Amino acid sequence: PGKKTQTMSYDRAITVFSPDGHLFQVEYALEAVRKGSLAVGVRGSDTVVLGVEKKAVAKLQLSQTVRKIARIDEHICLAFAGLTADARVLINRARTEAQSHRLTLDEPASVEHMTKYIAGVQQKYTQSGGVRPFGISMLIVGFSSEGAPVLYQTDPSGTFSSWKGSAIGRNSKTVREYLEKNYAETSGRETIKLAVKALTEVVEGTSSNIELAVIEAGGKGPRFLSDDEVTDILKEVDEEKGAAPAGGNGGQVA
Amino acid sequence: MDFLAGIRGQDFVMLCSDTSAVHSIVTMKQDEDKLVPIDSHKVFAISGEAGDRVNFTEYIAANVRLYSYRNGIDMSTKAVANLTRQELATALRKSPYHTNLLIAGWDAHTGPSLYWCDYLATMHSQNICGNGYGSYFVLSLFDKMWKKDLSQDEALEMMKKGIQEVKARLVTAPPRYIVKVIDKDGTRVVAEV
Repeated sequence: PGKKTQTMSYDRAITVFSPDGHLFQVEYALEAVRKGSLAVGVRGSDTVVLGVEKKAVAKLQLSQTVRKIARIDEHICLAFAGLTADARVLINRARTEAQSHRLTLDEPASVEHMTKYIAGVQQKYTQSGGVRPFGISMLIVGFSSEGAPVLYQTDPSGTFSSWKGSAIGRNSKTVREYLEKNYAETSGRETIKLAVKALTEVVEGTSSNIELAVIEAGGKGPRFLSDDEVTDILKEVDEEKGAAPAGGNGGQVA
Repeated sequence: MDFLAGIRGQDFVMLCSDTSAVHSIVTMKQDEDKLVPIDSHKVFAISGEAGDRVNFTEYIAANVRLYSYRNGIDMSTKAVANLTRQELATALRKSPYHTNLLIAGWDAHTGPSLYWCDYLATMHSQNICGNGYGSYFVLSLFDKMWKKDLSQDEALEMMKKGIQEVKARLVTAPPRYIVKVIDKDGTRVVAEV
């Protein structure tokens, strides 16, 4: 009697609709994002800033090999929250797309193009056989072709949109609420300080816990702030917080 | 016909090319820079079929850039030269690139490098090299003048003498030439003759 071997088929979809219209795999992916370390993005009038919570590294681990803000091209960088290994795959795809765009069109890809591309890849993985969605949300920053700073966010579902200020990862709800309450159109160093203020709502304010990347007008591309620069900004933010009394409970009703 | 020449010095590489872009009997451009940057410290001096020249250079440059973003560090000149040769070799028996090139670069650890590469994917690391009819006149001249630890001034002197020789002896010598230098500070133009 002939033995019938069972071969695995990789064309069965994993992400499928529930009866009430949910894609549970995508929602579970968003859960993974919520467990990832915090990333904040703030857009100013001439500056855009990315701030991330630096995860505590093990004693014997080299902290400089754990990078949460990645350079995609000369003028674009991004931060992510969620599964680090998934992020590596997406970042690689983005970097390849950036060079492919330059080669074909002799022009750097716009931030919007890059975002659409990354979001497109994420969406494909919600509608393909044998794969699961990426457990990643991304904050992508740069300057538009018109010379204005832009901040985009993508999700495991493949949706994307532009933001003035956003946060993803652990405690992002608190940070986003802070930004909604306190966002103002800032420029230069003020934008960096706003991002730091938002970050330190939930993250300890030391240079070993925070990493910052800034893109300023002038086309020089992303700049990673050194530990000293981060400490300086933190000190300035602290001093400002100390100068203004918190809560406004100064006046007492007699 | 395109003229390309390269001289490796103590801590720099000097490259020269003519600046005419010719199609049949017409000179299309007199200011074509054939010394194309690959990254901040590497240059291709490339000659040959028009479309292939640009296409091939841009393709290599894009992949060199991608490497640096993926790995957080630039490729060495040796790596770029070998990648280039590998691409030429793979394409050779399918759809060859009809280009001859000189690959020059400066690396922090190994200093200046100069490679000669032809369309058949032959590659040699050399102190002096050239491409085109003009090179027949300058190679023997450079052989006599080259010495170890050449300074930039000495190399420029050599290059200028070489250009003079090409203008004097080659019947269809191009009228204008550009000379560039690559060293620890990157790439810059040092003469337009």
